[in-house]
Amino acid sequence: MPFLLLKFGLNKDYPFEQIADLPGPTDLKSHYDVVIIGGGGHGVATAYYLAKYHGITNIAVLEKAYLGGGNTARNTAVIRSNYLTSAGVRFYTESVKLYERLSNEFDFNIMYSQRGQLTLAHTDATVRAFRQRAEVNKHFGGRTELIDRQAVGELVPSLNLDPTGAPILAGLWHLDGATARHDAVAWGYAKGATQRGVDLHQLTEVTGVDIEAGRVTGVQTNRGKVSCGCVVQAVSGLSADVSKMAGFPLPIVAYPLQAMVTQPVKPFLDPHVSSSALHCYVHQTSRGEIVIGGGSDPYPLYGTRSTLELKEGLIASAVEMFPFMSQMRLMRQWAGITDMTSDYSPIMGLSPVENYYLDAGWGTWGFKATPICGVTLAELVASGGKVPDLIAPFSLDRFDAFRQVNETGATAASH
Amino acid sequence: MTERLPLPYGSRIKRDALVSARFDGRELPALEGDTVASALVASGQWVISRSFKYHRPRGPLTMAGQDANTLVQTPAAPNRLADELPITDYPETTAQNISGTLMADRNAIIDWFGRFLPVGFYYRAFYKPFGVWHWWERMIRKAAGLGVANLSASPRYQDKQYLFCDVAVVGAGPAGLSAALKAAEGGASVLLIDEQSELGGSLTYHRFAIDSSAVRSEAETLIANVASHPRIKVLTHALCNGWFTDHYLPVIHGDRLFKVRAKSCVLATGSSEQHVVFRNNDLPGVVLCSALERLINHYAVGPQGGLVVLAGNDQAWMTALTAAEAGLSVAAVVDLRDAPDDAALLAEANARGMTVHIGATVYTARRSAESQSLSGVDIHRIDAQGEVGELIAQHDCAVLAMSAGFMPAYQLACQAGAKLDYDDDRAAFTLSGLPAGLLLAGSVNSTHSLDAVLADGRNAARAALRSMGMTTDVDESVTCAAQVNHPWPLFPHPKGREFVDFDEDLQIKDIVNATRLGYRDVQLVKRYSTVGMGPSQGRHAALPTARLVAKATVRTVSETGVTTARPPVKPEALGHIAGRRLHPHRHSAIADRHDAAGAQWMPAGLWGRPAFYGEPDDKPRHVAEEVTAVRTGVGVIDVSTLGGIELRGVDAAEFMNSFYTYGFLKQPVGRTRYAVVVSEQGVVIDDGVAARLAEDHYYVTATTGGVDRVYREMLRWNAQWRLSVDIANVTAAFSAINIAGPDSRAVLQALGCSIDLSADAFPYLGFRVGDVAGIPARLMRVGFVGELGYELHVPSLFAGALWDAVMEAGAQWHIKPFGVEAQRLLRLEKGHIIVGQDTDGMTHPGEVGLDWAMNRTKHDFVGRRSVDILAASAPIRQLVGFSLDLEAPKPLEGHLVIKEGDIVGNVTSCEISPTLNQIIGLAYAQPDDANPGDLIAIRTEGGVLVQARVEALPFYDPDNARQAL
Repeated sequence: MPFLLLKFGLNKDYPFEQIADLPGPTDLKSHYDVVIIGGGGHGVATAYYLAKYHGITNIAVLEKAYLGGGNTARNTAVIRSNYLTSAGVRFYTESVKLYERLSNEFDFNIMYSQRGQLTLAHTDATVRAFRQRAEVNKHFGGRTELIDRQAVGELVPSLNLDPTGAPILAGLWHLDGATARHDAVAWGYAKGATQRGVDLHQLTEVTGVDIEAGRVTGVQTNRGKVSCGCVVQAVSGLSADVSKMAGFPLPIVAYPLQAMVTQPVKPFLDPHVSSSALHCYVHQTSRGEIVIGGGSDPYPLYGTRSTLELKEGLIASAVEMFPFMSQMRLMRQWAGITDMTSDYSPIMGLSPVENYYLDAGWGTWGFKATPICGVTLAELVASGGKVPDLIAPFSLDRFDAFRQVNETGATAASH
Repeated sequence: MTERLPLPYGSRIKRDALVSARFDGRELPALEGDTVASALVASGQWVISRSFKYHRPRGPLTMAGQDANTLVQTPAAPNRLADELPITDYPETTAQNISGTLMADRNAIIDWFGRFLPVGFYYRAFYKPFGVWHWWERMIRKAAGLGVANLSASPRYQDKQYLFCDVAVVGAGPAGLSAALKAAEGGASVLLIDEQSELGGSLTYHRFAIDSSAVRSEAETLIANVASHPRIKVLTHALCNGWFTDHYLPVIHGDRLFKVRAKSCVLATGSSEQHVVFRNNDLPGVVLCSALERLINHYAVGPQGGLVVLAGNDQAWMTALTAAEAGLSVAAVVDLRDAPDDAALLAEANARGMTVHIGATVYTARRSAESQSLSGVDIHRIDAQGEVGELIAQHDCAVLAMSAGFMPAYQLACQAGAKLDYDDDRAAFTLSGLPAGLLLAGSVNSTHSLDAVLADGRNAARAALRSMGMTTDVDESVTCAAQVNHPWPLFPHPKGREFVDFDEDLQIKDIVNATRLGYRDVQLVKRYSTVGMGPSQGRHAALPTARLVAKATVRTVSETGVTTARPPVKPEALGHIAGRRLHPHRHSAIADRHDAAGAQWMPAGLWGRPAFYGEPDDKPRHVAEEVTAVRTGVGVIDVSTLGGIELRGVDAAEFMNSFYTYGFLKQPVGRTRYAVVVSEQGVVIDDGVAARLAEDHYYVTATTGGVDRVYREMLRWNAQWRLSVDIANVTAAFSAINIAGPDSRAVLQALGCSIDLSADAFPYLGFRVGDVAGIPARLMRVGFVGELGYELHVPSLFAGALWDAVMEAGAQWHIKPFGVEAQRLLRLEKGHIIVGQDTDGMTHPGEVGLDWAMNRTKHDFVGRRSVDILAASAPIRQLVGFSLDLEAPKPLEGHLVIKEGDIVGNVTSCEISPTLNQIIGLAYAQPDDANPGDLIAIRTEGGVLVQARVEALPFYDPDNARQAL
């Protein structure tokens, strides 16, 4: 039994406050060197790496609700790097590497579960695309293979290899594919950041951005004004709205994305299984629940309501892949708001406002990038605006220059 | 024979219908009408399951399918609720999540180690040193999960049906019955939905008054009136499991999912009785008051061994009276308060000789080692909020019935956007902020006395009728003085095991410690401790959690709140939501001919297309023979899956000219033109052939997979342009075949054709309308495969006849049907791209040699701005033809083109050409390397780099002489 648990057990009233992961509420200071709008995974990761690697600690993370309560809490926690473009694969591969050691770095178990990701090909066009993705991944050191139908069956014996009208031809087997306890990632970063002096202000909503001569000077909040040296905007789902406060639009449309989870059962499914033709992916959490996710609702909406139609389609697909699951029981359905860009890649780096840095357009692929976003944004902020190579392809001006980073074919389900 | 209470108890059971059942391998005597749980309790067994974390024995809490304590395994599925499984349908069930037997679960040892497993322990251990987590994870995964999924279970037949009504009433208890009747009397069509097997809800088990006879007769009349009303449709055994926008309700009934659209909706969903939080409050035998009332009245089960009632309200005293009347021995009534609100209850209890403890609580429940269930309770005086004083009594008992209050069954209302606010005076959450047309009635609306509940139901009906303009009636006044919630039914014990959340085995200290660790927001408490995340989704845990978190963080309960309610209300089988899983499948009108000819099918969107003809084992030979037939004789291919779109109107040419990239205004009637569509981002998204039938009439083809998008885009643009043009997708109306090869003209002539087929009269790219073999046809001379060829489009009705005539007439030229595989190879030899294969989501026209098809003399076309910007910027890649000797490793589609260690492109098409006797392909390469004779490096299977020669396109017949014959 691990030592720490012995300590808890042998101490009748263990002083949990002394090992608290998160500090209680504090006053909002009138000035911070860095203000990070959005207390999700990306925001607190940025604060963490700024404090850890760059010695910058006079930082406020402003969160309008609770820590990690936006898409950090709502995503389905898939981590992978098997994208299609060089820019994408290089970036996400770095993220996976950081993830692998995060529990030990935090001294907080994020339950990083590397059980692989299997994407199914039902058409020969998909087989071609998968071969290309496998090759690009291998090129950048990822572990991805194109495997045949028989190997798919051996990997996931419970899978129906012949869904009606969409027999499985092959699979893209991504050994690096993983999941993690998504909340714990935000908590781990928040813990490390606040222990290094960062202020995390929950229930603190940014209501305005102060700009003088094209340069950001501060933000207004429901708790008062704060002046600052620079701002990082990391607000999944609301990026286009928040950027409007800073006076510029973003080429982002928000769509709701739903996911659902069954009651827990004993483990029967190791890898994450995904099918873009069936618009569905499925994995089993460490708790034993089956998480089912898929495509976005077909209309733009700033709402996290659940809809019946999407659930019907998604579950029909899940049952097509795993017919016996029709007897299992769905426990909960939820939704998040996804910031979709036209090329399914993020928007990171500089903005039209000086010292106002962007971390936006994270659509349905933001969780897996949390560590590398933190690292690169911290570098960007600490250098006073020198864009790191890794995120240079994701600049906002790529849309004007037709330099999109097209990952539309590499999402888990088409949106 | 099980001992049951005499009549009138047992409204659900048939006393003379014995059922032979087994639970966990042992005989279980039961009666028809029993659930698995009622049969178990009747047989004297309270233990049904083991808890999630500590593997403590658990028994039913609600007897209404509202808690996770009754989860059992059926042969087909895990995690079924024993208190709602009819024993006749599920005669064979077992316990789940155990090691050993239910009564002797080896994992119960975890309970002894519980002190070492504080809340969220798994965040604080198992990862040091790096790498050990992989091992721990396997252990933890095995320990987690409840039942075992039956991987060989086959889907049942489960279907769906729409239902419509004026008013949907959810819940057929007193409030729902009264609302349904009032709404129906007001002229509305009513759908009354209830999960239970009978109407009445709490009226079927709760007495509501000391003398219950008047209530019983009132209930009988109400139920009879509802059941006989012609405008009320009753659905019992029906679970309304969600509320979606505009009163769209999924209702599960048997193997059917009703999708109900209601104009308005009354939620009479009642409330969840709440437990008292004290040490060992999870012992089997500790139940909610309503559960005991259900056991007695529904199943005639009168548990022996003594009963203690723990009351936080007057309702619990009613339970004591009901139990005493049924002959149970009531050892004591313990009231958390200083006195019952209704003094008559105390008098009645005294009159019956019951022992009463006032201002006291059960502080600890004791367990019998033999039955693993409740054996007695220790009763302590309450000194202050949550604090107890001395032991004042001990009672032996087998049953403890408790009621600390009620939580509105808020799930449906909250899914509709309602808010829960805590009323400190009533110590209860109340709902507000419902959308229009959604009404609450009864205890979900915080009314509890029967008269108030009935009046509240009528008021909800009036409001629903008003919202539909069906009445101008004003509400009657409703007053409910009943105080049903005790403000603090939580009694921490130094040794713990006072459960707040039974599903997740969470005790008071777990919730408090989560806040001490910094997880102060109730959402964070939930996420850190997992409170409310189990199968019952917080029905019983939400209220005590809110109170504990509020106290620990010095906030009000309202500020603390509860976590979001999401669908479904109760766990639902995936099969219900999936339904019949209907799959559209399209096949061409000639499909049976292909089958007869030995076609091997491949999917193309929803379509099936012949890939080639012949035995699969001999595929390369068959494909090569089909290719040879086209190159040297004649072949025929079914191209019915190609999209067909008709455009008619005076502005048809203007529309074509604006939508497609090429010029169409001057296209002569009787000619075809290549038609490329680009997106507004300048990406090539589809191509086809446009034929002009008349000045105001075009017929244009699109790719099999692309036609739906092209058609949709056409409609979208025309909604903006408002041109005078009708656009129709006629893909299914027309079928098409392509006859290709040097002998194709001869075959067509032999068929009997009303058109002059000579090269001068009907040249390459010409278009004619005429009769072929007596069938009205549209003919195009197109050359996708690079030979003399004719594409015949005919009404689908005639397609089979045309195919037969072609095969018959072509027999003397040994005509061969060819499939998609041969066609791909033929077009590759000819250097034609396939949009979607040789293009990707970023391909712009210049990259694939389509710049010629961008007409820059016309005013505009969709995507023009982007195309021009892209054409003016430095090119990044170019699609090139390449060749390799046959001995070289053959690149596969998707392999990468590498230059100086970097990825510069990828192979999009690659085949062995039997005509040219070499490997040929298309690949993206750097523009510097795009000239014929340049070398590009392709990384093939196993990482082997091969140097391929860039070739001029087309590979075959570079002068295009053959297609123009």
